[in-house]
Amino acid sequence: MDLLLIKEGFPLLSFLVFLPMAGALVLLFFHGESFARFWTLIITSLTAVCSLPLLAGFDSTSAKYQFAEAYDWIPRFHINYIIGIDGISILLVLLTTLIMPFCVLASWSYIKARVTPFMFCLLVMETSMIGVFVSLDFVLFYIFWEFMLIPMYLLIAIWGGPRKVYASIKFFLYTLAGSVLLLVAIIALYLKTGSFFIPDMMWQNYSATFQVLVFLAFFLAFAIKVPMFPFHTWLPAAHVEAPTAGSVILASVLLKMGTYGLLRFCLPITPDATMLLATPILWLSIAGIIYGGFTALAQNDMKKLIAYSSVGHMGFVTLGIFVLNTRGVEGAILQMINHGVTTGALFLCVGMIYERTHSRELALASGVGKYMPWFVTFLVFFSLSSFGFPGTNSFIGEFLVLAGTFEHDKILALAAIPGAVLAAAYMLRMLQKIVWGGTNNPDQSYLTDLNVREIAVLAPFLLFVFWIGLGPQPFIDLMHASVTNLLEHLQQWQQHHQVAAVLWR
Amino acid sequence: MVILPELVLLTGALAFFVISLGNTSDGRAAKFTALFFGFATFIATCLSFQSQGLLFYGSYAVDQYSQLFKVLIGFSLALLMISGQNLKGVRNSIRPEYYMFLLLSVLGLMMLVSSVELIAIFIALELSSFALYLLVPMRDDFTGIRMQMEAGMKYILFGVMATGFMLYGMSYLFGLSGSTYLKDIIAYFSAGNLQPAVIIAVVMILAGFFYKLAVFPMHFWVPDIYQGASNETTGFIATIPKFGAVALLIRFLVVPTGESIFLIKLLAVLAVCSMFYGNLCALVQKDIKRMLGFSGIAHAGFVILGLLTMKGEGYGIAIYYIAGYVMMNLACFLVISNVSQKGENLQIEDFNGLYRRQPVLAFILAVGLFALAGIPPFVGFMAKFMILTSALQANHLLIVCLAAINTAIAIYYYLSVVRAAYTADPEDRPAVSVHPMIQATGIVLVVVIVLMGALPAKFVDFAGTVVQSLL
Repeated sequence: MDLLLIKEGFPLLSFLVFLPMAGALVLLFFHGESFARFWTLIITSLTAVCSLPLLAGFDSTSAKYQFAEAYDWIPRFHINYIIGIDGISILLVLLTTLIMPFCVLASWSYIKARVTPFMFCLLVMETSMIGVFVSLDFVLFYIFWEFMLIPMYLLIAIWGGPRKVYASIKFFLYTLAGSVLLLVAIIALYLKTGSFFIPDMMWQNYSATFQVLVFLAFFLAFAIKVPMFPFHTWLPAAHVEAPTAGSVILASVLLKMGTYGLLRFCLPITPDATMLLATPILWLSIAGIIYGGFTALAQNDMKKLIAYSSVGHMGFVTLGIFVLNTRGVEGAILQMINHGVTTGALFLCVGMIYERTHSRELALASGVGKYMPWFVTFLVFFSLSSFGFPGTNSFIGEFLVLAGTFEHDKILALAAIPGAVLAAAYMLRMLQKIVWGGTNNPDQSYLTDLNVREIAVLAPFLLFVFWIGLGPQPFIDLMHASVTNLLEHLQQWQQHHQVAAVLWR
Repeated sequence: MVILPELVLLTGALAFFVISLGNTSDGRAAKFTALFFGFATFIATCLSFQSQGLLFYGSYAVDQYSQLFKVLIGFSLALLMISGQNLKGVRNSIRPEYYMFLLLSVLGLMMLVSSVELIAIFIALELSSFALYLLVPMRDDFTGIRMQMEAGMKYILFGVMATGFMLYGMSYLFGLSGSTYLKDIIAYFSAGNLQPAVIIAVVMILAGFFYKLAVFPMHFWVPDIYQGASNETTGFIATIPKFGAVALLIRFLVVPTGESIFLIKLLAVLAVCSMFYGNLCALVQKDIKRMLGFSGIAHAGFVILGLLTMKGEGYGIAIYYIAGYVMMNLACFLVISNVSQKGENLQIEDFNGLYRRQPVLAFILAVGLFALAGIPPFVGFMAKFMILTSALQANHLLIVCLAAINTAIAIYYYLSVVRAAYTADPEDRPAVSVHPMIQATGIVLVVVIVLMGALPAKFVDFAGTVVQSLL
């Protein structure tokens, strides 16, 4: 257990995981609608504030799992309650806790019916999302991972748009079907190592076949969640039908779980298989980038457009992970955060338009710039960020990923470039339509500009867009030790085990 | 008072006999007596939990193994009595008889888990089965289709056939070993007096209990009986007898056959067939009870998966699984019997908008179904997870993968009910009113389902050690 830096005293991480759950339980007994709104806002804000000490107490020079807690849970099966964070997960935990209050604010007037259950689902969702990122026991991880489907399903299925039934069932079936074999893989790893403690499973001498099988089970589960190119079809449906808060959670946090899983499990547990299969996955990422870009270009539904752009952006993340060098992986993690910030903000913007026009059609929202100057100001910044304009956050992420890719394989990197161009094309097209439109704009004069609450929701996102864009160093410092540690391990592994990684080149 | 629970049940049955002699047009006497004896049985099982003893010339063993099952049976009975207290599907005038047979059937099950001698096992099983056969046709005939008669007929004919198999197998065991005591039989075969006929005998006996548990290929009765019997009766058939089946399956799997590899292969094939058959058939069902029936076949496959490790640990997990399964099913049937207005069968679309018509029941239903589907943190997940672990430990990788795929198939039909309850429009379906006591019982079940899932260690350890005494 020398990998763990046990936190003495107040169990901060457990507190973060279970505070929203406790808040949700309170909502079972008090049903007032405005109470539910304020209560959820208080709980999520409290969680966000309480997660800040993580940043202060985090030792970014160490690759150990910090703030760790370990208790026995089911000794018979060696299942323990072990949680902790390292450089890879700390940013994701913070992203989750910080984004939740804004989800509540975004649903303030958007959700009109059944407010209390909605807030209940949001809080339960937060518990399981934080739980996924901090779990260091595989069973615990799996429990949070699967449990999350229920509140997310309900969020889409009850408060969603017209095709909510189709979208929610597709979301549930896709993700569940993907992760059943993950469970088998977890059990198989347990039987090999005798422990469910995730670090115990890393860097072990498994046979190549075993590794490939486990890797494929992992990959199926995580690639569906990301979603990577051939497994992405649930995403546009779910995004389009989900309420704004649901879309934001999906885009900002849920998709990150897939890439987090790839980084946390595939690389260290099955290094041989990773190196063996990296090349096809890299090309799948390229396919995702190009495909997402072209499809986004053809959308007339704003949410769909952003959903397909997510496929492209997440392609960059998987690209960065599987080039297996420091720049790529750090760029990928940063890009995860960026995508969470930018796409989350874009979905919020679309939600605000939708509240006014009750449509997500690009044609019906065209030419609002004249009537909603504040809104389009925000939208322009977030769109610029989305296609990686220099000075914004995505530029740093995509730049690092592309630099890492060039280091790895030039042809691959050249193949990714059109994706960046496409991103500019579809985002500028959307921007042009929304801000100016054409000569036949619908009458938008009834529109009111953003109110203070909405500005307060969007402003922090803008802050992060520029903070990461202009001064990314503190963020990279946080993850650097863990990433270096991971990649050094991988290099040593490669030297000791002459694998057939050359096979694909 | 080692057999206190049995005595309480017997008293209950006699009490209902007396009630049935009087004027029974008012159902309240029967209802309150039933509630009383439901609770009394549960308390009696708890009181006699620690007792030990060997009765009736050694054919009736009261030990930790049997007492564990009796507590589970007693607990389920108490919950079932509360959730089905309105007994909408049965006429007032025959309710005392209904309860009498119900208690006799439970008595039979209690005796069954304690019996350690072939004849005693047979008698106990028949007592429980015949009482149950009679419950099915007691349903009110308001549809005019008389499907309960057809169901009762099918139940008894299939049942008698299965019993025939079992009795034939028992006669083999007696003929080969010269004793009807399980202890002597096991000792005789362990000493090396094995013959090829032993495996035939054991498989035939197992077939009898496969029938109770509804394992492929002894599952044919399930959908029709589930559909034909009243909601409350189905709630009983789908839950409590499963305990007896699992208890006795374990007792007979312990008998050495000399062909354990063949037996494991057989069990594995049956488990996989049960899962696929149950899940694939459940996908297309419109009637909720038929759907749960097919899902029960699939879950029986999972129980068999736990048994086929042939180890104490696997048996313990199988007991945990069946206990969890019964709790989840009780939750579902609690909702079904109370959403049904006059005791009619429910289609899945009858749950449309249940969330608005009765939010508490909708919540209980959702938890029950998600648990059955094996979503964490409910007991269904933990039980499934442990079963898969123990099966993989025994090197059944292929079967474990097939089982995992099955959980993905199953989620669709469970989800379709949740979807109806939470997203569909209620249209003109009326609001559902439920007694607060029933709601509280449902919440208790939800808590049990969550707690069993979150803190399984104690239960599994206890079941595992208890089973060790059989090996």
